[in-house]
Amino acid sequence: MKKPVIDVSGVDLTFPTNDGAVQALKNVDLQINKGDFVSFIGPSGCGKTTLLRCIAGLETPTDGQLTVNGLTPTEARKARSYGYVFQAAGLYPWRTIGGNVKLPLEIMRFSKEEQAKRVRKVLELVDLEGFEKKYPWQLSGGMQQRASIARALAFDADILLMDEPFGALDEIVRDHLNEQVLKLWARTEKTIAFVTHSIPEAVYLSTKIVVMSPRPGRITDIIESPLPKERPLEIRDSPEFIEIAHRVRDGLRAGHEG
Amino acid sequence: MTFRRSILPILTVVVALVVIWYGAAIKMNSTWTFDQAARAGTSPSLSEVIGDTMQQSRPLLPVPHQVVSELWKTTVEKKITSKRSLVYQGFITLKTTLWGFALGIVIGVGLAAIIVLSRIGRLSLMPWAIISQTIPIVALAPIIVILSNAAGAGTLLVPKAIIAAYLSFFPVMVSMVKGLSSPDHMQLDLLRTYGAGPRAVFWKLRVPASMPYFFASLKVSVAAAFVGAVVGELSTSAIAGLGARMLIGSQFGEPMIMWAALFAAAILAGLLIVTIGGLEQILRRAMGGRPV
Repeated sequence: MKKPVIDVSGVDLTFPTNDGAVQALKNVDLQINKGDFVSFIGPSGCGKTTLLRCIAGLETPTDGQLTVNGLTPTEARKARSYGYVFQAAGLYPWRTIGGNVKLPLEIMRFSKEEQAKRVRKVLELVDLEGFEKKYPWQLSGGMQQRASIARALAFDADILLMDEPFGALDEIVRDHLNEQVLKLWARTEKTIAFVTHSIPEAVYLSTKIVVMSPRPGRITDIIESPLPKERPLEIRDSPEFIEIAHRVRDGLRAGHEG
Repeated sequence: MTFRRSILPILTVVVALVVIWYGAAIKMNSTWTFDQAARAGTSPSLSEVIGDTMQQSRPLLPVPHQVVSELWKTTVEKKITSKRSLVYQGFITLKTTLWGFALGIVIGVGLAAIIVLSRIGRLSLMPWAIISQTIPIVALAPIIVILSNAAGAGTLLVPKAIIAAYLSFFPVMVSMVKGLSSPDHMQLDLLRTYGAGPRAVFWKLRVPASMPYFFASLKVSVAAAFVGAVVGELSTSAIAGLGARMLIGSQFGEPMIMWAALFAAAILAGLLIVTIGGLEQILRRAMGGRPV
């Protein structure tokens, strides 16, 4: 059997707060294989972002095992195994789009020619050719988020971690970006972990949907999507799609009651 | 539109001030006119009194046109190599200001970097920096002069620049502490995901993010450096510089010299601030700032 790229087993995470300890994650088990597109869905406070941050090595679990590419998350982070896309684009206003995409490459000391080549390649990948010299304020919110995806892709890590990247965008832009992310995923064959609170988004994008619920944050259901890899937007009206969406909704509701 | 919105209000205030000034000058200087008249046993008419208040050689309060004409005489007509030239004196004050300003920026930025980067720095330096600003500079100035002489500074420029720097480092430091710590968690996390070290975080994120704060502090800081330079001249028994001219004017009962030096100082300070503002605009544009 193939070893999973991301292996989470029995992970607990407790945050100390002023009102006592809060259990953000409880006994989380999850395997993500190479090339998977995994969505984490759940209401706020269910620990989906915390789980993503644990995978990224930005939080440390209080208990349990977590490996990324066979390494600890911190080692994986230092080995630059993943690109992380945050909720806000967070582009540096003092850098051009090209300059922003170049940022990780500068830190990782790629050669100047290599930097230029990669910037051109990833901007093309997110349909932002010709915007290299523009400043972030000259771009729309959706374009800025695409630039931030390009930035995460620039150093070619095999894992892409995305934390509600389209949460702040309107639905039309979001549909468009979802389509683009799928194309990107097909082209680059990356492993993607994607946090969202939108059921249609999760079902449309994922090969595996992880339903989570709060207090304490835990996984209530893991759904393997039977949808084909090729997904036009219209697939969202198909019976299969509606059935999966239904199961996700049931999972969310069960978690809420339980 | 720009005339009505920006120039007209300023002009209105200026006109009002000039009117009040003339009124006050007539009132204050007329005492002397009446004294003279009483001594001579004459009773001057109102227009004679008013006329006299505007052309006394040592009035209590010189009228604006007297100050302007003194300014003109001591800047444009006087050779700039003359000790009586305000351009010459202004240049000395400017030199002190710029040295103090430069020193203040270096100290302010340096302290801010230490405070932001180290917890010990934050706990130990910040309180001292704040206390430093509560000590009146006038009290400290003679001590600085004595110490820098003892250290073999030779000229007065060194203690004067130190006094100017003493006032000007503080706004830079406070702004830079704020600016260098302005990046939020997300921006810091982003760099962590690249495995960036503290050095990269500082140079690629903290420093550029602090630039708007830096520029905002420069205007305050250059004004403080200028005040420091003038105070330095006043309190170090300097014989050159606009501050020294003011002191000379007051000690020798030459109000015109005093007022002309004061106005020259105000104009110089204004020019400094406008220059810094211009530089700020250029650099902001170079850093991709949105045109306003």
